[in-house]
Amino acid sequence: MIVARRTTVLGGALLVLLMALILLPFASMFTTALHQSGTYPNGLDWPSQPQWGNFGAAFQAANMGAIFGSSALIVIAVVPMSVVIAMMAGFALGQLKIRGGRLVFLLFLLGLTLPFEGVIVPIYYEIRGMGLLNTRWAIILPLIGLFMPFGVFWMRAHFLNVPQELSEAARVDGATTWQLFWRVHVPLARPAVSSLGILMTVWTWNQFLLPIVLVDDPLERTMAGALGAFQGQWGTDIPLLSAGSLLILAPTIIVFVLFQRHFVAALLQGSLKG
Amino acid sequence: MTQTTTSAPRDYRALSRESASRALQVRVRDVRLRGWLYVLPALAAYGLFVLWPLIQTFKYSLYLWDGVAPPQWTGLDNFKTVFSDPDLVSVLEHAFELIIFFSGIPVVLGLAVATVMQRLAPRRLSAAARTVLFLPQVVPLVAAGIAWSWVLSTSGVVNQALSAIGFGGVTRAWLGDFGTALPAVGMIGAWVLLGLCTVLLLTGMSKIDPALYEAAQLDGAGAVREFVAVTLPGLRQEIGVCVTVTVIAALSAFDIVYISTRGGPGNATMVPGLMIYQLAFFNREVGLASALAVVLMVLVLVCILPIQWLTRKGSDS
Repeated sequence: MIVARRTTVLGGALLVLLMALILLPFASMFTTALHQSGTYPNGLDWPSQPQWGNFGAAFQAANMGAIFGSSALIVIAVVPMSVVIAMMAGFALGQLKIRGGRLVFLLFLLGLTLPFEGVIVPIYYEIRGMGLLNTRWAIILPLIGLFMPFGVFWMRAHFLNVPQELSEAARVDGATTWQLFWRVHVPLARPAVSSLGILMTVWTWNQFLLPIVLVDDPLERTMAGALGAFQGQWGTDIPLLSAGSLLILAPTIIVFVLFQRHFVAALLQGSLKG
Repeated sequence: MTQTTTSAPRDYRALSRESASRALQVRVRDVRLRGWLYVLPALAAYGLFVLWPLIQTFKYSLYLWDGVAPPQWTGLDNFKTVFSDPDLVSVLEHAFELIIFFSGIPVVLGLAVATVMQRLAPRRLSAAARTVLFLPQVVPLVAAGIAWSWVLSTSGVVNQALSAIGFGGVTRAWLGDFGTALPAVGMIGAWVLLGLCTVLLLTGMSKIDPALYEAAQLDGAGAVREFVAVTLPGLRQEIGVCVTVTVIAALSAFDIVYISTRGGPGNATMVPGLMIYQLAFFNREVGLASALAVVLMVLVLVCILPIQWLTRKGSDS
C-alpha cells in the first residue's frame, strides 16, 4: 500500500505530539525536582542552577533505603509463593482435569473483576483478629489471595494448551503426578511463569490500598504506599516531593524497559483472556 | 549404535502403551482425586482472603456497626441510605461520570491513534510510541497522581501553556475547582489507560485479514467507510476488552483520587472506593461502608456482563 508522503509526515507528527503529552507529567516532575527545595517553580521550567542534590535529600527524608528493602521483602514473600500455588492450581485444572474442576474455576473467575475495595473492610478486621496489623504479613497474605484469580486463570490457560499426550507419555514411563508436574510441565511453563511473575512484581510494588489501610508505618509498606505517606508529609515541598516520586517510580520503569516484550505481551494477553 | 538405543525404547513404549492403558485409566481416576491437593493451596489463600471477606462484606452490610460495639441488625437500611442519601448518590454518579473519561476517551482516541500507527506513521516511530504509551501502565498510580496534581496546579504546565497562548483568563487550580475537578481526575485516568487500549487495538488490527481491505477498496469504499465496515467489526472483541478493563478501572478508582483530591473540593470528586475507605476507617460506619461495597461490586458485574456477552457472541459467529 502506497501512502502519500504528506500523510506519513502528518501521522508521524501526531504521534510525536501524543508522546510529548504522555511524557509531559514526567518531564514536569523532573524539571521541578531540580529546583531549590521549598520553592514554588513553574510547571515546566529548567532551573538556572539544577539542584541534583534534591534526589539525595528526598532519599534521606523518606528513608528510601528502608522502603526499598521493605518493598523488596514484600515482593519476595508474595511473588514466588503466588506463582507456585497458582501454577499448581492451573496444572490441576488445565492438565489433570480434576473432578469438579469447572466449578472451582468458576469460583476463581468470580474474583477476576472484583475491586479490592469490596473486601478491604473485612480484611482489615480479619488481619486485626490475626494480630498481624502493622506488620508486612498484613500486606503479604491478603495480596497472595487477591492475586489468585488472575494467577490461576493465567496458568490454567497455559496448561490447557499443553497437549495431553505429553502427560500420558510421562505417565506410561511411570512418572508420579509430582514428577509429571515438576519435571515435565514446570520447565515448559517458563515463558508463562515469567510473564506472570513480572506482572505480579509490578502490581505488588504499586499496591496502594492494602498498605494504607493495614500498615501505619511507611517503612513496613510497599513503595506506592510509602509514597502516599511521603506526599502527606512533604506535600508542600514540591521539588522534594517530585524528586521522591521520581525515585520511587524509577524501578518500575527500569523493570519495564528490561522486560518490555514480556510485559506488554503479558498485559495484553492477560486482558484479552479476561 | 545410537539409532538402535533410541529406537528400542520407543518400540517398547509403543507396545506397552496398549497394555498400560487399562492400568492408566485406573490411575487417572486416582489422579483426579489427588489433583485436588494441587488446587488446595490456591483455594485456601483465595478462600481466606477473598471469599471469606466477600461473605463478611455482605454480612456487615446488614448491620449497624461502629467496629467496636456489638453490631446491630438493621436489615436493608444501609442500602436504603446508599440510594437516598444525596452524598452517597452523588458518589455513585461520579463513578459513572468517570466512565466517560476512563473508557470513552481511551477507546475512541485509542482507535484513532492505532489507525495512525498502523497505516501512516513510520515503523520506527510506531515502536517508540508503543513503549511511551505503555509507560503510564507501569508506574504506580500514586506517582501518576502526584505528577498530575502538579501539572494541573495553579502554577502547573497546563496553566503555563494556556497563558502562553493567550487564555490566561481560564487558568485555575483544575483539581480544586468544583466545576473542573472531576473531569480533571478523569483526564488522569484517560492518560493512564490510553496506552493499554491503543496497543490492544493495534494488536487486533494486525489480525484483520488484509484481503478484507482490498475487497473494500475494490468496492470503492473510502477510508471512513473502510473503517466502519472492516476495522470496527474486526475489532469487536478487542473493543470489548478495552471497555471491560476501563469500566472496572473507572468504577473502582481509588489511588488517583486519593492522591490528587482526597474526594474534594467538598465532595466533588468523591468516588465509591474512597467513600468506602472513609466511612469504614474514619466515620466508623462499617455497615454503611459494606453496603456501598456490595453496591459497587454489583455495579461492576452489571456493567461488565453485558459487554462480555455481546463481544463473546460476536467472536463466535
